[in-house]
Amino acid sequence: MTAVDGISFSIERGERVGIVGESGSGKTMTALSILRLVPEPGKITSGRILFGEKDVVHMTDEEIREFRGSDAAMIFQDPMTSLNPVLRVGFQIEEAMAAHRRFTRQQAHERVIPIMKRVRIPAAEQRVRDYPHQFSGGMRQRVMIAMGISNEPSLLIADEPTTALDVTVQASIIELLRDLSNEFAASVILITHNLSVVAGLCQRVIVMYAGRIVEEGPTRAIFKNPQHPYTWSLLRSLPRIDERGHEKLIAISGLPPDLSNLPPGCKFHPRCRFRVDRCLTEEPSLDDVGEGQCARCWVLMRNVPDPEAVMK
Amino acid sequence: MTAQAAPAVTTATAPPLLRVENVVKHFAIGAGFIGHAVVHAVDGVDLVVNTGETLGLVGESGCGKSTLGRVIVQLHPATSGHVYFNDVDLTKTRGEKLRRVRQQMQMIFQDPYASLNPRMAVGDIIAEPLHNFGLARGKAAEKRVQQTMRVCGLNPNFINRYPHEFSGGQRQRIGIARALVLNPSFIVADEPVSALDVSIQAQIVNLMEDLQDRFHLTFLFIAHDLSVVHHMSDRIAVMYLGKIVEVGTTAEVRDKPLHPYTKVLQSSVPVPDPDLEAARRPILLTGEIPSPVNPPSGCRFHTRCPIAQQICSEVEPPLERKSDGHLAACHFPGKL
Repeated sequence: MTAVDGISFSIERGERVGIVGESGSGKTMTALSILRLVPEPGKITSGRILFGEKDVVHMTDEEIREFRGSDAAMIFQDPMTSLNPVLRVGFQIEEAMAAHRRFTRQQAHERVIPIMKRVRIPAAEQRVRDYPHQFSGGMRQRVMIAMGISNEPSLLIADEPTTALDVTVQASIIELLRDLSNEFAASVILITHNLSVVAGLCQRVIVMYAGRIVEEGPTRAIFKNPQHPYTWSLLRSLPRIDERGHEKLIAISGLPPDLSNLPPGCKFHPRCRFRVDRCLTEEPSLDDVGEGQCARCWVLMRNVPDPEAVMK
Repeated sequence: MTAQAAPAVTTATAPPLLRVENVVKHFAIGAGFIGHAVVHAVDGVDLVVNTGETLGLVGESGCGKSTLGRVIVQLHPATSGHVYFNDVDLTKTRGEKLRRVRQQMQMIFQDPYASLNPRMAVGDIIAEPLHNFGLARGKAAEKRVQQTMRVCGLNPNFINRYPHEFSGGQRQRIGIARALVLNPSFIVADEPVSALDVSIQAQIVNLMEDLQDRFHLTFLFIAHDLSVVHHMSDRIAVMYLGKIVEVGTTAEVRDKPLHPYTKVLQSSVPVPDPDLEAARRPILLTGEIPSPVNPPSGCRFHTRCPIAQQICSEVEPPLERKSDGHLAACHFPGKL
């Protein structure tokens, strides 16, 4: 089974990129690949992952250990299961630093409370000795972020960092990620199914479907002028809190494809209302559609005169 | 006959389908020498659901919205208070009479994986309520099941398949079919789309709206996602720590939120538009949601409210009418 097929993208220093997709689209596998954390028996069969000049795919075990955490760090979705329940929170943050060479044990120890303050955990001096179960979901996610930034990595990968959280807590975690990436000039890859979160946080968006990038570009272009029918439909299928009057949602029919049994041609064609004959047999490549935007589509939405009418 | 029928009585005087009066639900946790702690999950709720409407119930995790939904359909007995359905007090009704009322009220659950028995064929899952109420058997039941599957967008040929053979969205359709097969008038839907992928959510939302029109259903739609609730609901009730803090029409609550908590919730919801997002300033709350074991005095939101005054910690504001049909429980409504 090919979970991720021929993904190419780059991220600039200090840039925030959102990778959006539904379950099974390959967004998490893409992120895990960057850190070479693809779970067994999965493996990266081809391709390169360049971090500056270094190729992550060909690093030795020693090099990859150093790379993870100190150059690039990951923040996982579920802070409940990603923290060790029997170790004090402060100790776990310290460990994250001790595992790498950037700081001495003494320095690591002294950095814990300032880092907890930096991720705005209130009463850090007292809470440093607490255990994870004494923290709320949002505070645990802050602890995860504290561990992530403890070695001052230049790339932060956040995999659904707010999905398990309430909306008011989600808002504060997003604000925190934005501030931290500005403060450290760190690049952020935000992996999420939530398009709205990406609209506020990221400068660039990558939309994935069936293990492929189907569209990418500057955030504004993707949201205002999507060219791939999947992106276009997804944006119109969302109920919005700012909607006036009541319009029926435009639903995408059918299901995402089974990755072990992908359709021929464009992988979205069975669900696409704008397909032409060519889509059934030939897979389009990810081509430039102007202004730094790319789409993998034979049709492109700008060539459809009245798409809303087609969907109704 | 030329005489016309008398005009129908105006709906304003028609009794509501459901009336919740001062409902309290406490759960005892642990047991010690001195007694046990009590979780105040639902702590004195008044609520009305009118025939044919969708009332959205929003709040964050732990606010008691699911518990309230379960108390309403009598899955949990209320600790105190009354639940009137068509003017019958369910908390005082037992046995066969309660069974007959419950035929009218069904529930759709959040998790389409956990709420279907994996060992039962889909046809049996959907037919089970028919058997329970002795409404149909054999061929008649099968026909009714197939009919219901069809209106829920399921292929009736799949009647002998098992839940694991279906996707999450299809399983939710099975859950909806099971609720619909008895031809109920009232459905409590507890987070019916939150476990589904984005592209599937819209399918289920549209299906529920279609079914409502077609079968004149009344919904209590419980969800934490304000965007979905705004889309689905005619009226919205906002819950915080076991209490309703605001109720009003969707337009009123959206455009003129009265309770600070409603305003905070709304400001926290992102929209899929980078220009609007650049301008949006979420009101961030300090502190954490207090424990429902020991809720704060006065207004329960005062510990986190940006505009709380002395009185808020001392006197609990009642849920009262601030304008026509718009209720809020706040000493300083609309001031945030």
